Amino acid sequence: MYTISNRLKTFSIILIVLGVLGVAYGFMTSHKSLEEVKTMLVEEHAHDGGHETSVQEHTESAGSEHADVSQDDKHAKHVQEQIAKRPWSAMYVSALFFMTIALGVLAFYAIQIASQAGWSPVLFRVMEAISAYLLPGAIIVILLAVGSHYIGHHNEIFVWMNPDVVADDKLIQNKSGYLNITAFLIRAIIFIGGWCTYWYFARKFSIAQDNAEPGDIRNFKKSFRIAAGFLVFYLYTESIMSWDWIMSVDPHWFSTLFGWYVFSGMIVAGITVIAMVAIYLKGKGLLPLVNDSHIHDLAKYMFGFSIFWAYLWFSQFMLIWYANIPEEVVYFVSRIEDYKLPFFGMLVLNFVFPFLILMHSDYKRVPWFVMMCGVVILIGHYVDLFVMIMPATVGDRWYIGIPEIGSILLLGGLFLLVVFTSMTKAPLTPKGNPFIKESENFHY
Amino acid sequence: MEGSSKVIHAMYTDDDVLMAAVKKVRAERYHIEEIYTPFPVHGLDKAMGLAPTRLAITSFLYGLAGLVVSIVMINYMMIEDWPQNIGGKPSFSYLENMPAFIPIMFELTVFFAAHLMVITFYLRSRMWPFKKAENPDTRTTDDHFLMEISAGDNVDEQFDILRNTGAVEVTLIDKAH
Repeated sequence: MYTISNRLKTFSIILIVLGVLGVAYGFMTSHKSLEEVKTMLVEEHAHDGGHETSVQEHTESAGSEHADVSQDDKHAKHVQEQIAKRPWSAMYVSALFFMTIALGVLAFYAIQIASQAGWSPVLFRVMEAISAYLLPGAIIVILLAVGSHYIGHHNEIFVWMNPDVVADDKLIQNKSGYLNITAFLIRAIIFIGGWCTYWYFARKFSIAQDNAEPGDIRNFKKSFRIAAGFLVFYLYTESIMSWDWIMSVDPHWFSTLFGWYVFSGMIVAGITVIAMVAIYLKGKGLLPLVNDSHIHDLAKYMFGFSIFWAYLWFSQFMLIWYANIPEEVVYFVSRIEDYKLPFFGMLVLNFVFPFLILMHSDYKRVPWFVMMCGVVILIGHYVDLFVMIMPATVGDRWYIGIPEIGSILLLGGLFLLVVFTSMTKAPLTPKGNPFIKESENFHY
Repeated sequence: MEGSSKVIHAMYTDDDVLMAAVKKVRAERYHIEEIYTPFPVHGLDKAMGLAPTRLAITSFLYGLAGLVVSIVMINYMMIEDWPQNIGGKPSFSYLENMPAFIPIMFELTVFFAAHLMVITFYLRSRMWPFKKAENPDTRTTDDHFLMEISAGDNVDEQFDILRNTGAVEVTLIDKAH
């Protein structure tokens, strides 16, 4: 039986405390009055050395002094809202990041069971523990999404929740039968309820199979059946979840590939975390049955799904870039103009780096190598989610500063605490699984 | 004995038995010339102590060659020789047009890597058109595994060892007939 070490516990609590401080700082500095924002804008304008532009603007607007003032006010108000949205969005990106890891691991776990994979049962308890974060993680995501509307003024992550915006927007009005808070919450409850019910029973049958009589595999059969059912449910709900929780930050924009794209990101991040946790536990001698070949297989999945992610990212990008239809291409225009470094940088982190590093078969068997590559992939997928959410909420007022890092520390600490506490609840080797012998002897 | 043209052929009917036999024979320090199997047996190369294949490295280099060929080719066709305005995309810049070229770059990389790797594999395995099969026993294409060992001074002892490892048939073959 695994017991959470005091060092790990203290470490996660320190992360949470530092995170709370960072997030609190973010929220305290995000409320600027309109006057403050205006002075800030003027200063920025002067800073840009924008002599020519200001002269030009002045001559252009010389005829209508009044309109210019109201335009300035409108712009300042917009910037004020963007600044107020930043700590919420920072929290939201981190919350999504850890929630999708747990969800990706749960899907991977269900695939292993439904396909009756022989190599992976020694890792099942690791996967069960990581996906234990799904319930708290998904609830945090929903609380942030809806909380940003009800708490504070005009700082919602989803603009379609703001009745003032919807009143002036024909396109959102047409979608309001789907995009409204009640429907959003009902769908969220169905998704989270379905996923967590599956997790609860999968875990229950997995432990029950350990304690069953030899030769009694009824629990194994039950877990197989619910895994197959869950995968069907997951395929639909994951796609709808990605529209609801991520794509609708840009309520005018849509992409039919989006669900797959989000899925590819969550599955590669999830497998990476499985590999990292497995290597950590193996390093402590707690997973004696896990051998190099298991790490090799996980690293192969990391390699393969990184390419899968790049394939879907490119499929979405190239079609929209080529067709160049204004309402579609606006999504990439705003990202390339304001987010050039993270937008193209994540291609290096998520595709080029794992592709070149994990290509050689021997390197996939070296634990510290996989660990290092895993860190890069996880950073890449944080940036991926960052670039999905931030352009719609804070626009060009983004920075990876205290609010963002604080959010990662806070939720990362919580993630570690939940995952490793769940790990203590059951033996780390599912000894009753009928495939455990095959998994133990697995060598490629 | 070195230089002897005599070999022993041991037949097996199961790949697990074969694997155990390979380990046993190697432990006895007999030289395994070759093994013929009806299908690839995982881990057999390691058990035989063969050097790891360098095919993957050639494949990577072929892929790079394909990538370079595709870039040079598209640049010549679409940018230099006959620029075309497709969908209003910039037709005089390779870099700005690159998203449209990536599928071709990908395909040619895969094409070069795959085809040249297969050809390399055939050549390296000494398999070319009109080549006569080296297979000593046609049963190895169906359900038998054949291990070929160079015959030493004490052939009877070798026979015993091979029979003990589970060989269903052991024969002495003189290759120089």
